[in-house]
Amino acid sequence: MKKFWHATVDAFETFLRVPGTVTLKGAHVRDAIDLKRIMIIAVISVIPAAIFGMWNVGYQHSLAIGDGRLQILANFWYGFLRVLPLYVVAYGVGLFIEFFSSGLRGEEVNEGYLMTGMLIPLIVPVTVPLWMLAIAVAFSVIFVKEVFGGTGMNIWNPALVTRAFLFFSYPSAMSGSECWISLKSGEKLVDSFTGATPLALDGAAAQYGTGIWDYIIGTIPGSVGETSVIAILLGAAILLWTGVASWKIMLSSVIGALFVGGIANLCGTGIPCWEHLIIGGFAFGTVFMATDPVTSAQTECGKWIYGFLVGALCVTVRLFNPGYAEGMMLAILLGNTFAPLIDHCVVTTALKKA
Amino acid sequence: MSKNIVLKKGLDIPVEGAAELQLSKTVSPDIVAVEPVQLKGFSARLLVAEGDKVLAGSPVMADKKNPEILLVSPVSGTVKEIVRGEKRKLLAVTINADDKQEYLKGEPACGNADEVKKALLSGGLWPLIIQRPYGIIADPAIYPKAIFVSTFNSAPLAADTAFTMSGRLGEIQAAVEALGKIAPVHIGTTAGSAFCKIAGAQVHVFEGRHPAGNVGVQIDAVSPIHKGDTVWTLSLHALAAIGKYLLKGIYDVRRKVAVAGPAAIEPSYVETLPGAPMKTLAAYYGGHAEGLRIVSGDILTGRSVGEDGYLGFFDDTVTIIREGTEKEWFGWAKPVRFSQFSADHSYFSWLTPWKKYAMDTNLHGGPRAFVMNDAYYSKVLPMNIFPVYLIKACIEGDIDKMEKFGIYRVLPEDLALCEYIDPSKNYIQDIIAKGIDLMLKEMA
Repeated sequence: MKKFWHATVDAFETFLRVPGTVTLKGAHVRDAIDLKRIMIIAVISVIPAAIFGMWNVGYQHSLAIGDGRLQILANFWYGFLRVLPLYVVAYGVGLFIEFFSSGLRGEEVNEGYLMTGMLIPLIVPVTVPLWMLAIAVAFSVIFVKEVFGGTGMNIWNPALVTRAFLFFSYPSAMSGSECWISLKSGEKLVDSFTGATPLALDGAAAQYGTGIWDYIIGTIPGSVGETSVIAILLGAAILLWTGVASWKIMLSSVIGALFVGGIANLCGTGIPCWEHLIIGGFAFGTVFMATDPVTSAQTECGKWIYGFLVGALCVTVRLFNPGYAEGMMLAILLGNTFAPLIDHCVVTTALKKA
Repeated sequence: MSKNIVLKKGLDIPVEGAAELQLSKTVSPDIVAVEPVQLKGFSARLLVAEGDKVLAGSPVMADKKNPEILLVSPVSGTVKEIVRGEKRKLLAVTINADDKQEYLKGEPACGNADEVKKALLSGGLWPLIIQRPYGIIADPAIYPKAIFVSTFNSAPLAADTAFTMSGRLGEIQAAVEALGKIAPVHIGTTAGSAFCKIAGAQVHVFEGRHPAGNVGVQIDAVSPIHKGDTVWTLSLHALAAIGKYLLKGIYDVRRKVAVAGPAAIEPSYVETLPGAPMKTLAAYYGGHAEGLRIVSGDILTGRSVGEDGYLGFFDDTVTIIREGTEKEWFGWAKPVRFSQFSADHSYFSWLTPWKKYAMDTNLHGGPRAFVMNDAYYSKVLPMNIFPVYLIKACIEGDIDKMEKFGIYRVLPEDLALCEYIDPSKNYIQDIIAKGIDLMLKEMA
């Protein structure tokens, strides 16, 4: 029992101060880097998208009830109060399971969930019922991560599996045109308003007065954190400057999306290929989720292939599957599934040459 | 004929306390230890008893499997103590040195390969040859594919060979000529080094950060070791000692040793013998080793021997560093940590490349599963190897995968930098060493 609690106590202590553990063998000195640092950088990189997402929840609410005034603080506060419960549930449920299983395994608590918990509320509709979110988080942390042995051993990105679980189990809460807008009880939508995302409108968004700059700034309906390309690019800049995420994956994902979108354009269908990059979850997924070091490709060459696959699949689903307006989630999960195979081919080929 | 090889991957760790290029003293130790511990694959049979008189070059131990492989005394004197450990395992033979050194005279002949081998065996120089794969003591029955020598150290604070080898080029040349009769000799060096002029060997000029000076990395760049290959490697000290034996017939392994490290007082060089007690270097740590770690070797691959330990058989560097037992408040959470170095860009020490750091032995974190991907580690390993795949194969103990991912091509020292930068704080060199032990057991 004492050992069981050790993981929890240790997690809190090492959170506050670096332990006085010294190297026992091998290299006598070690780099100052640890997973806590890498994870905190990743978490910080998501903050711009999170803050903008909270404001946008409030802004979309104002639009929906016909209040077109730009009230920055009031809108943020409204959104903050709506998103906060999602964070409480995501971190509460996830960290409880994480601490519990670390205790069972007798290992120190891995910091990986800090990033997962940061992402989950940003990739779901703000109206998702909290009990659904709790079940989805529990499913994903237990069956996608802990049964494989915890962070580092998982095959799929746990945050995305949380979303996939919600998407397939409770489709009505995850798609359509109502779920993206948070309303207080009794409030009514104004007539000219639609809460549908630009992707679901399939090119018809312009008639509702949304344009390219709305996509880039992010003043459109969508999952909490995914709408603002600017906020996401800020995060990308942090990740690339610190080298925490791979620029190869980001770049090749963009190339993959442009490639498939471009082919469709040549065949005369679909929105202009570059628009795929700024609507839906593409930017968010490419920057924060496809680059997860555990579930993406391991090798440098594999990263190019993996990123390309993710971008290409995302646009393929968007264009050719009438059932799903958005393809990023499925594209990354499929990319995760194929990453070990891609690496296997890369490693085998490289070693044959030697 | 020389060939330029540029290694782009690697890392020079900016640790302070490099030894100044001057010989501060010559140590003639009262007592030396002959330790078989660093000789992998050597199972020692004792040839002396306490109280026996020995000369410099007299056999002290022999290998049980190959009795012609001898480990000899570096000094003349009297055997003081046979030190044994658990299960009576022979740890060391300590010898009280005479004031005046007397050498056992040999008459080495080196007309052909077999004569050279015989000379090295009878002169006690054989244990200086390391055989790859696995880094074991060389098998006298084998004619290796090639013999490799690295003429420079790239490890942090390691001895500068241009300084330690000054005046010994003649001996090295003699050794290269003799060893060339056994197998082609390859020399790895840097541009403009005096070793470029060595005749009778293929010279390869390397450029790059650590581990460019590791002989394993150099072999891999020139001609990687495949299954069934055997390669021998020697240090420059080994060549110098062999040369001296071939020219003068005496076993003299005296060498200049760098005493360095952030906790070393006025780091510089001393001339001493392998097996000399660390206490003879007390001036460098102020006489009190409390809170200090005394490492025979460099900070990435050396052994912590303590002040009661002895200089290792192969080592030409002693590093003194502080034990990092203090807890650091909010260490990882601080935006910048001025006193800590990190190769990772999430700290900002990469913006001040000129700065040196007083590093200690703190682990800077706790053990975790591998989270960062293979590419994160391979950026400090200039070999065509996927380090995480090899490490995981070693953890699994899967012989087939270990073979496939290159266990024949590496020794733990080659992956020391992967261990250094690992944010998951694994003991990677230990994992590789255990993998090699498993290979030795299974392939025997």
